Amino acid sequence: MTANSKYETQEHDVLIIGAGGAGLRAAIEALAQGAKVAVVCKSLLGKAHTVMAEGGLAAAMANLDKADDWRTHFRDTMRGGKLVNNWRMAQLHAQEAPDRVRELEQWGALFDRTESGDILQRAFGGHTFRRLCHVGDRTGLEMIRTLQDRGVQMGFDVFMECTITKLLKDGDRVSGAFGYWRESGRFVTFKAKSIVIATGGIGKSWKITSNSWECTGDGMALAYEAGAELLDMEFVQFHPTGMVWPPGVQGILVTEAVRGEGGLLRNKNGERFMEKYDPKKMELSTRDVVARSIYTEVKEGRGTPHGGAYLDISHKPAEYVKRKLPSMYHQFKELADVDITKGPMEVGPTCHYMMGGIRVDAETGQSSVKGLFAAGEAAGGLHGANRLGGNSLSDLIVFGRRAGLAAAEHAKKTAAPSLDNAQIDEAERQVLAPFDRAEGENPYTIHHDLQDMMQRLVGIFRTDADLRQALVELEKLRERAKKMRVEGSRLFNPGWHLSRDLQCMLTVSEACTHAALARKESRGAHSRLDFPKSEDVWGQKNHVIVKKGDAMTLFEVPRTAMPAELAQIMAEDK
Amino acid sequence: MADATLRVFRGDREGGKAVDYQVPVTEGMVVLDAIHSIQAHQAPDLAVRWNCKAAKCGSCSAEVNGKPRLMCKTRMDALPLDQPITVSPMKAFPVIRDLVTDVSWNYKVNKKIPPFQPRPGVKWKMEQRDVDRVQEFRKCIECFLCQDVCHVLRDHDKKEQFGGPRFFVRVAALEMHPLDGLDRTRLLKEELGIGFCNITKCCTEVCPEEIHITDNAIIPLKERVVDEFYDPVTMIVRKIFGAKNT
Repeated sequence: MTANSKYETQEHDVLIIGAGGAGLRAAIEALAQGAKVAVVCKSLLGKAHTVMAEGGLAAAMANLDKADDWRTHFRDTMRGGKLVNNWRMAQLHAQEAPDRVRELEQWGALFDRTESGDILQRAFGGHTFRRLCHVGDRTGLEMIRTLQDRGVQMGFDVFMECTITKLLKDGDRVSGAFGYWRESGRFVTFKAKSIVIATGGIGKSWKITSNSWECTGDGMALAYEAGAELLDMEFVQFHPTGMVWPPGVQGILVTEAVRGEGGLLRNKNGERFMEKYDPKKMELSTRDVVARSIYTEVKEGRGTPHGGAYLDISHKPAEYVKRKLPSMYHQFKELADVDITKGPMEVGPTCHYMMGGIRVDAETGQSSVKGLFAAGEAAGGLHGANRLGGNSLSDLIVFGRRAGLAAAEHAKKTAAPSLDNAQIDEAERQVLAPFDRAEGENPYTIHHDLQDMMQRLVGIFRTDADLRQALVELEKLRERAKKMRVEGSRLFNPGWHLSRDLQCMLTVSEACTHAALARKESRGAHSRLDFPKSEDVWGQKNHVIVKKGDAMTLFEVPRTAMPAELAQIMAEDK
Repeated sequence: MADATLRVFRGDREGGKAVDYQVPVTEGMVVLDAIHSIQAHQAPDLAVRWNCKAAKCGSCSAEVNGKPRLMCKTRMDALPLDQPITVSPMKAFPVIRDLVTDVSWNYKVNKKIPPFQPRPGVKWKMEQRDVDRVQEFRKCIECFLCQDVCHVLRDHDKKEQFGGPRFFVRVAALEMHPLDGLDRTRLLKEELGIGFCNITKCCTEVCPEEIHITDNAIIPLKERVVDEFYDPVTMIVRKIFGAKNT
């Protein structure tokens, strides 16, 4: 049992990759179980994409609407996901979210309040009741700061600005991870009995996205390469409202809370077009429907000058808008010269969230590889074909906690693994290869072309021909990536960092395209122009992708029937 | 639109120099867009931190034309484009490379602050008006621009004795939390050296979240320290006769 002698080696019971809401919540739980915990993140602590979450976290606390309960939240989540969600995850999520919210409050989070002093809740798309606990429009910041402070005080080891490039294995179980310090470019190995992947999403594969540079699908790609299964990779959420102007801010999120607080969508003729697409729920229809509606309005010539729709909250009192949507007010005022208390915003769809991800056990977040767990956006199943707004933050704390607990328990009953130097050497070779080439393309160009291609061919509306073309293009991009070259030294070199992230993006983009091609129907966020209807037969199965040899293979798994209790809830309609 | 010249610091701990880059300016462009354009087309190894690009994460702090700013919030059209725009790393922290600085000291200071501790038997009810003032402090995105501009850190480098505005804001959020039961005044006085602050309000001016750092956080905390540690009579004598005579 020797440590790898070549590089710095960190040894822990539980290694958590990612320091957003899911990773931090997992770390807190694993610490509470007495485990020695490491958290590794690509950015500084507290900068993870969770910080950008705006509208709130969904939990059936019933602080305002007394009729709300977990059953209704469960049903809303399943319906929003067009019934291909993992029903057990949807059940656990709805049942446990209120306790997880109370816990945040007990750790110091300060939510907006009701008249009677409880946590205030707001309406959101697809939720039957006012359900989103929030802090103005900066709920994610409140959550990440609360979890960060809690974890720091409990004593996890944080390894900031460190990128993991490979999971290491000891036989059929995980043994650790290999990566580099972004700052110095030096290599590091982590040895751990359990690993929790909490790396978030994959939005950086698309040109117009609300996601930050970190969202390159690392965790899904790492898990896939280590033999884990990916679930439902065709379901990518395009948030209906991203900024469309000016060009530099295209894609930046405009919170659904604007609509939750009464914002109205109109086309250039002043028509509230949602009347045509979902007359019952209007602006608060589910995100898949609203995104397609805006896209269609623009495509049919009724878009705004910059190719979006108008979103207007200016009929509400200016003070109210500034109080409930402060960051939207500043964002538009400073970046787009628009005063949202006086006039409408221009908005359009932006790639936002991956419903699919690592296939996990509902109770524990355990993947198909021994010792490897996943939670949050990196894991699949809870949201089915479309996620409801507010269900992501609650997902992070419900399943982050569960994964942290299970990972710590797994570590307790597992002997220390050994690291295999051959795997480490191979990982090192892969990461350094772009430096060795005397000439070659710049990774930025390849990334640009990948984003452009995914936007064009694997976007909101998909066809057989486009998706087949996308696979051809992906193959070409992969060939180009094999020959790319990185300039400069290893000291904080963003070009080098991108060369590594690009490999992950290519893997998850390919998984997404394969799954999208295979699902010959439209469901939730997956819209096929050549198969515009949802089909019952497709509602009975999910897609799984796994690495066989060097090939990405896809198979269908039949869905298990819900227990009678849950089926009964689905049958009731309020 | 015309080109702009960005004069960007390139270098590391050992030293470096400003390098000029020509960047085509587009409508609504911010300084971070210009830096990204340089990375994509001219210098792929130009080091910069950024995440959200929407002033929510506080990663892209730098000094633009000498002023501490978030690059994602600094519009090119608000700068004089007839002369080079200088972009330098935050001066109060050691350079790692180019625009990236070593801000790890901040995380060390943060660890010294005892977390929220509810009073025993507390009921989890709070009025919005009591929460309001704490929520102002909780808006902090940890960009560390207030730390960068603070002369106690920037010019006098008192990192051993002084916590800096960011952490006074954090302590204020805890001390003024309606349900918190701890007292952190000794920490403020002894570990965080709040006495070094002479309320020049530089921190308030650079805060991208427009937190009234001096008026709402630091001054009330200073008052608490005074109330606890200094006899009011002595204070009056000092005011009249000056500190030397007391």
